[in-house]
Amino acid sequence: MPMAADDIETMIREAIPDASVEITDLAGDGDHYAARVVSESFRGQPRVKQHQAVYAALGGRMGGALHALQLTTAAPKQE
Amino acid sequence: MSDANERIEQTVKANDVVLFMKGSPLFPQCGFSSRAIAILDHLGVSYESVDVLQDQEIRHGIKEYSDWPTIPQLYVKGEFVGGSDIMMEMYEAGELKQLLEQKGVVATAE
Repeated sequence: MPMAADDIETMIREAIPDASVEITDLAGDGDHYAARVVSESFRGQPRVKQHQAVYAALGGRMGGALHALQLTTAAPKQE
Repeated sequence: MSDANERIEQTVKANDVVLFMKGSPLFPQCGFSSRAIAILDHLGVSYESVDVLQDQEIRHGIKEYSDWPTIPQLYVKGEFVGGSDIMMEMYEAGELKQLLEQKGVVATAE
């Protein structure tokens, strides 16, 4: 079953409280999303670890209920 | 170590660049796999591909092997690099080429 964008955002925020989360429904079908997650906790972490943190937040749904989530992660830009 | 794990380990150790994907480089069966292939072809690197749709054991085993829930997955010199999003980010930043060069696996002929 597809997931709603709001649910994805909520789950990520619960696991990574300081995260800014931007979800785009790519195809308008509630099944293909892009997410951009920015969190201070990502600073200095390799990309694989950053993505793993987001996948962990989604609790095993990635690759299952959530087939297509294009993910980009970053630490906030330092001024 | 399970049988699948062992087979995966052998494959990533025996080949400099390995892409676990859905379908074949000529006929990718998923948009993400297709994107990964396009990136590798663009970089002119030779790679081994494994079609996980042909092997259920590998299809599930690879997700545990790297603690990564999706396919495609790229390995360079036995190390997990990332999925197609990370490949794209690294490619756009020039980091993927850099990594391949550092590991000495990029094609030299331009």
